[in-house]
Parts: sequence; C-alpha cells; structure tokens
Amino acid sequence: MKDAIIKTQQLVFRYTTEEGVAPTVLDGIDLTIEPGSFVAILGHNGSGKSTLAKHFNAILLPSGGKVWVSGLDTADEARLLDIRRQVGMVFQNPDNQIVASVVEEDVAFGPENLGVPPQEIRRRVDAALTTVGMEGYATRAPHLLSGGQKQRVAIAGVIAMEPACIVLDEATAMLDPVGRREVLSTVKKLNREKGITVVLITHHMDEAAQAGRLVVMHDGRIVRDGPPARVFQDVEGLRALGLEVPETVGLMYELRQAGLDVPLDALDVDGCAAELFSLLTQGEKSEA
Amino acid sequence: MPFIIETRQLHHLYSAGTPFEHSALNGVDFSAQTGEYLAIIGRTGSGKSTLIQHLNGLLKPTSGQVLFDGEDIWSSKERTRAVRFQVGLVFQYPEYQLFEETVYKDISFGPKNMGLDEGEVDRRVRQSARFVGLDEALLDKSPFDLSGGQKRRVAIAGVIAMEPRVLILDEPTAGLDPAGAAQILENIRTYHREKNATIILVSHSMEEVAREASRLVVIHQGSIPYSGVPADVFTHGRELEEMGLGVPAMTRVFARLRSMGADVPGGVYTIPQARDAILAALNRSKAPARGKELM
Repeated sequence: MKDAIIKTQQLVFRYTTEEGVAPTVLDGIDLTIEPGSFVAILGHNGSGKSTLAKHFNAILLPSGGKVWVSGLDTADEARLLDIRRQVGMVFQNPDNQIVASVVEEDVAFGPENLGVPPQEIRRRVDAALTTVGMEGYATRAPHLLSGGQKQRVAIAGVIAMEPACIVLDEATAMLDPVGRREVLSTVKKLNREKGITVVLITHHMDEAAQAGRLVVMHDGRIVRDGPPARVFQDVEGLRALGLEVPETVGLMYELRQAGLDVPLDALDVDGCAAELFSLLTQGEKSEA
Repeated sequence: MPFIIETRQLHHLYSAGTPFEHSALNGVDFSAQTGEYLAIIGRTGSGKSTLIQHLNGLLKPTSGQVLFDGEDIWSSKERTRAVRFQVGLVFQYPEYQLFEETVYKDISFGPKNMGLDEGEVDRRVRQSARFVGLDEALLDKSPFDLSGGQKRRVAIAGVIAMEPRVLILDEPTAGLDPAGAAQILENIRTYHREKNATIILVSHSMEEVAREASRLVVIHQGSIPYSGVPADVFTHGRELEEMGLGVPAMTRVFARLRSMGADVPGGVYTIPQARDAILAALNRSKAPARGKELM
C-alpha cells in the first residue's frame, strides 16, 4: 500500500438525516489508485461516484472503513492540510470556483493559503497558467472567460498547489465541445508530462474511453474495473446499469447483432475506421 | 406553409451605448414550422441563448422583428404576454428554479398564472406529469426530495403544463447520466408527437441532435451560417470544426473510411445509418462479377 496515492478499504458512507440514518451511499468500497495513473469513474446519477470523490481529499470522512491519501489516514484531522495538498478537486460549475477578480490572483489563492512564500507563489502561478495554456490571460477578469477557460483557470489553481493528484468531478458537464476538449487535453498533458494522477468523474463515454483505467459504480459499489477497451465490451451489461458505450463501440455492437464477427474494442474514430476498413476489404479479398 | 415562429433581420446589442457594447445577433432570419423538431447548435457565446430568449419575448430586439403566427410579438403588451404562454422555454439546469413545497404546486405555477380554473389546472398538472414519466405518487412530495433527473422532469413538466405550441429546451440533458438523458429526450418526443408541437432543442452534443432533430440550425458569431437536414449540415465538417462544433462520431468514421478509399456513402450520422451502410457495402462486395477488376 506504500505506493498507492489513494487507497480505500471497506469504505462505507451514510448521510445522517434528521430522521435518523439515510440509505448507504457507499457500500464497502475497496479501491487503490496508483500514482501517475489516469482513472475514469462512471456511474449513473446517485451511484455514489461524487461521494466517493469527496473522500479523496477529506471533504467527506468515512462512516466506516478507511481512506488513505499518500499513506495518510483522512480521518487524522492533524494531517488535513497535508491531505488537501496532495489531492486537488475541480468541480462542475466553473462559476462557483472562482474566488478572485483577476485570473492570477485566483490561481494564487490556494498556494497563499498554504503559506507559500510570495516569490515561490509568483513562480507557481506563472508555471500553472502556462501549463493550462492560459498565460496570456493572467491579468484578465475571470468572469469574462469562456466556460472551458474558467475550468482551465480552476485547474491552474489546483496545480499551483502542486498536488500529486487531481480529481475532476464532472468538470466538463457544463462545457461546450471545445471547452470539454480543452479541459481533457489539459489534464491528459498533466498526467503524461508531470506524472500527476488524474481521477476523472464523467457522464461522457468518449472522455472515459481516454483513461487508462475505468471504474464503474452502481448503488454505492464498484461493479466494473479495468481498461476501457475491455469494460466497454460489455455493452448490454453497461446499458442495464443505465450507462452507454462510446458511439464507435455502439456501431460495432450493432454489426455483431447483425451477425458479423467484429471486435468491440474500437474506442475512437480512427480505431473504428481501421477495423471497418479491414472488414470491407476482407470481404473483397475472399471473393477474389 | 406559414411559420409558427419567425425572426426577421433580428439584431441584438448588449450594453448598447456603453464601452462594453457587444453585438450578439447580427440580422438573424430564423423560422420554424408547426410540428417541426429542430435543433440549434453553436458554441457558448455564439448567440444561441440570446436568440431563444427573443422567441418568447424575454429579450426585446434592438432592431428587427419576432413574429408568432405571423404577428409581431411586441405589437401590444397583451400580445407579448400571450406569446409567453405559447412559447415555453426550459432553461439550462431548470431544477435550480424549483421553489414550491410540492411537485404538484410547482407544476401548477404556470397554468395558474394563465388564469385557468382549478379543474383545468389539475388536468394539466396530471397530464404533464404523465408526459415526463413522473408517477402520480410523486406529486405530493417535495421536489427537493427527488433525484436530479426527476427534478429536471418536474421543471420541464411545469413548462409543458402551459401547453405551449412551441417548446424550447436549452441543453435539457446536460449533467444527466445516459439513462436520465434518454428518458428526457423520450419525454420531449412524446410531447412533440401528441401535441404536434414545435420543438427547438439547444444542445452541445452532435450525436444527440443528429438522432433527435429533423433540421439543424447552426449559430456562429450571431449569424446562421448553415440550416438544413442533418445530412446536409454535417457535410460542412471542417467549417463546423473551426466553429468549435464538429460532427457526430459516425460522420467522422465514414469520412475516415472514404479517405482510406472505402466505397461507403456520405450523409451518415447515426449508428443505425452506419450499420446499414456497412452491411450494404459488404453485400455489394459479395455481389458477383461487378468488380472493377473485370472491367
């Protein structure tokens, strides 16, 4: 367990209500997330995925079981700041996450709170804005930016704290296609070039398909866990869980239903086109 | 065929006369027919929200006209008010606008405002709850005890209860899981079919608009560069990409296949079309003695 950035053991969570105890939201989650990995979490609304994510930086504490962040027990209040330094969160609504009236001040907010010296803050803010491709906007007013740009500023604010892990909780849900692409390519770059662990919670199957590992939640439990190319092959199983598969997998599934022997692992347009091309040309060859 | 709703040379300036003056619509001619299901696509900031807010009189044109049933919606106060009941607008994340103690009261807010009698209000509340698949038992519950998807359907039912002839929905599936999104789209189709209503769907998902709408209207920088059936609009793949929109995944797969030299048709944008096109291409290649090598 020394290597895990996040580890949960038999994690249980219940919201306590006025009338007593509400149903269990997380029901015995065992999950280990390796440093440097890119993990997507899928699940229908109410499956528990956001609740799980909020345990990754001690916004919520377990009702039962344990959560460790870089080996630190999140129930240890004395280490709260260290835990939050390790795992940064980006949420759905970009307008709820901006605290300052100038972009660079917004990005500096996190490191300032950590007591980072001013010169170091300057360096981190500039580096973070460059990383998300927003260096030209340092002195702009955040409310005049597009949704995708605001989310990139929010991500810059998180990486200025130099976390080991970033958790995006439906951070692309309110964005248009360009905004979504901007955010996705930014986190993929952070993962690839800086080795930052990325946990991406999303409803978009095409985003989940880009992760290295896909975890599917249902009714507070983990019901699938594996590489997207494998998890998405269970088209009927995922649909029964209220989920979908990427369009390219959906097409291959329909062709299989029509009696063709095609694989179900085409996660993107190029892969799908390549498989269809070989299918079409094979047909010609066998006739020749 | 006459248009139920139409804009003529619609211009809208925000903050007119200030240094922040910004033109959101530049002479837009938009129209929709009775019973049409169309989708508006455009980037954030393209002007699409400004346009739909003109269609039910929430915004007043800087210049140009908005016509409903051929008559200017600003011709009189009464006219504007009447049109607001005829053109229902469901905003983004409408569940944040629920406020009543019970689902019933929330849905009945619109029809009550119209001055309908209690019996008619009751009929409409129950019917619109049925349209969006809400169980009768939920009507007495607090909307705040419902799931996200249910709350959104309550909000949509509240607009449907006014029985608008034009129903405009701004990203009705944003933030919902696939099953929740599919259910809302099904509810919209039901209302469209049973009331012969005009539906205007604003969406960021090219796959969604390709499946749902019979006509697409593209908005870019306050103008409409393309409008037509999906197969035609999606032939402008590169331009749509430059506008930050793109085309559905199936359209991209088929464009890629054609660039590889495969003999497959254009105009494919949904999974069933793609499946049929691939099966047809396979059958063709199996058909005997028509191959190029014999010519």
